[in-house]
Amino acid sequence: MIPQTPTEVTGPASTGSRATRVLGLLALVALGVLVLFGLILSPADASQGESVRIMYVHVPSATVAYIGCFLTTLGSIIYLWRKSRWWELVAYAGAEVATLFTVITLVTGMLWGRPTWGVYWVWDARLTSTAMLLLLLLGYLAVRRLPADYEVRAKRAAIVGLLLVPNVMIVRKSVDWWRTLHQKPTLLSNGLDSKIEGLMLFSLFTGFIAISLVFGWLIVHRFRLAWLEEQVESEGLDIAIAERRAEALIGEVAP
Amino acid sequence: MVHLRGAVALLGRFPALAGVDLDIDRRRIVLLRGPNGAGKTTLLRTLAGLVHVSEGEAVVLGVDLLTDRRSVRQRVGLLAHTTGLYDELTVADNVAFWARAARAERSDVDAAMARLGLDGRLRTVPVGRLSAGQRRRTSLACLIARRPELWLLDEPHAGLDQEGRDLVDQLLREATAAGATVILSSHELDRSLQLADEVVTLSGGVATRDS
Amino acid sequence: MIRDALLVAGKDLRLEWRSRVALNQVAPFALLVLVLFAFALDPDRGLLEKATPGLYWVAVLFSGLLALQRSFSIESADGNRDALRLSGLDPAGIFLGKVMAVGLQLLALEVLLGIGVAVLYTTPITGWILLLVTAMVATVAIAAAGTLYGVVAAGLRVRETLLPLLLLPVLAPVLIGSTRAFEAALGGTPSEGWPWVGLMGVIAVLYIVAGVFGFGPLMEES
Repeated sequence: MIPQTPTEVTGPASTGSRATRVLGLLALVALGVLVLFGLILSPADASQGESVRIMYVHVPSATVAYIGCFLTTLGSIIYLWRKSRWWELVAYAGAEVATLFTVITLVTGMLWGRPTWGVYWVWDARLTSTAMLLLLLLGYLAVRRLPADYEVRAKRAAIVGLLLVPNVMIVRKSVDWWRTLHQKPTLLSNGLDSKIEGLMLFSLFTGFIAISLVFGWLIVHRFRLAWLEEQVESEGLDIAIAERRAEALIGEVAP
Repeated sequence: MVHLRGAVALLGRFPALAGVDLDIDRRRIVLLRGPNGAGKTTLLRTLAGLVHVSEGEAVVLGVDLLTDRRSVRQRVGLLAHTTGLYDELTVADNVAFWARAARAERSDVDAAMARLGLDGRLRTVPVGRLSAGQRRRTSLACLIARRPELWLLDEPHAGLDQEGRDLVDQLLREATAAGATVILSSHELDRSLQLADEVVTLSGGVATRDS
Repeated sequence: MIRDALLVAGKDLRLEWRSRVALNQVAPFALLVLVLFAFALDPDRGLLEKATPGLYWVAVLFSGLLALQRSFSIESADGNRDALRLSGLDPAGIFLGKVMAVGLQLLALEVLLGIGVAVLYTTPITGWILLLVTAMVATVAIAAAGTLYGVVAAGLRVRETLLPLLLLPVLAPVLIGSTRAFEAALGGTPSEGWPWVGLMGVIAVLYIVAGVFGFGPLMEES
């Protein structure tokens, strides 16, 4: 499915297919299982209480957000290298879905923080670097959605996308140092890293499966939508050329 | 020198050139004419290697524009409507910067400025304070200091006085005598028809040669 | 490439010298920011002294943003991009030249702000070498990242709002790093500052490499 040049690519004909319908169905089932185990069957945590249930969504969301960023950088590199429009759209889809899951990560993190820490926001290293990740993604999307020709948007966004993962890594590193050089991160150590067992571990596992399936479904559909949009835009080139040439004929009849 | 066959160039999604066929030999002066919006400016920018040719054949100065546009650019001189000059720098600084960027000799820079009448009081005037005609002279000085092999001029006579227009014609004749090729668009038909060896009419993004 | 870089840097600095926008507008703005911080943080409570490194670098970032906007507004004249593409200048050279010109202007701003901070905020200095190296490395990082994102935003109507959105999150590590290193140099233990200088060095190298290879493709887009 890796194209040589944009013109030779055969892309999807619609946003749905048998495979994605199965994928969507699996994602729904997994979400159902997650609700069953996460909200009903698994027990409350000894130290965190009921709010531990937020973690079954929070942790997988953060993980797939990073996978989305990775897709964006990978797609941008291949686009710049091979001029592959297919990969450019993968990068775009990756960034958009990553943004969604970064927002979910932040919101669930804050909802978890309110009962656990007593406030919605603390300048914790992980929370802060997730907020920075959101800002970096919004920067990419701002460039990708510029009101300009496709080539202009795509090329400039690809440079930003290429630097996305390095930037995320540097920001994470600096924020980690920033917090740890002055005060030890005590808040999270009694939260995430405490022992989780049995049904709780299984619930978290289900969370990973369900969120990954939703992520995959969203990526595929966002990609197909973007692909079809570009097809609509580039369609009609032959007609446009014919119309343009017709101007010349009219000019000759009435000089 | 120039060989186009069915060349298509898109501006965004608009086919400004819709299949142009054009062959031009060395040392010729070719006049492009046609109504506004016919594609004259796009054709000149395409030949300069600035616009991507998406279909057809396009070879300029022996270089295939479909695979390599960069190496053509240093060998052509384009006089466009927009000047690209820095308003806040003086005439001398502008000509020196653009000519030295193209690796022109210092003596060529001075000669070019003298030729265009920019060696006197105008030298130290910021370009932002020049008249349209003086700006055009500055652009022309940048162009001739580079000694291009192919001259591409988009309405070179516009904005110039009688003396300036005569000077342009003279420069073009000298250029072809020295081995260069010239393609110009102009609405000054009487003057240009006298100057040109051949005339190409562009309309609706398609070229036809007048015999 | 180096020849082209020097040519472009010379042109930018000469233009700056003739128009004096940096001198007449950016420098007073930087000093104004320092005075505004003093209004916002009561100088008598010792807050100002404690926050000096951070305030200094926030002032550098914001006034540097103005210098960067300026560096790209001089290239925004009609036809300038075409002229540069036709000029025969190496795109990597154009990038490095603009980085040099912006970097030198930033250094001048930093000296000015440094004098301002010394006079207005009265802060003691313990690590001169760390202070100077931090300033150099942070300047290169800001100039390189700023120039790369500057050309990503160049030539668009939204340029002036897009550049800060792209640049400031990316420069957050530089702000953190330079501030911590300055804290270490101003009355702290200088040895704590060096890891930050290393991190900023990584950022500077990353953006110079990205700019050298990315500037060419970014100049081409039709």
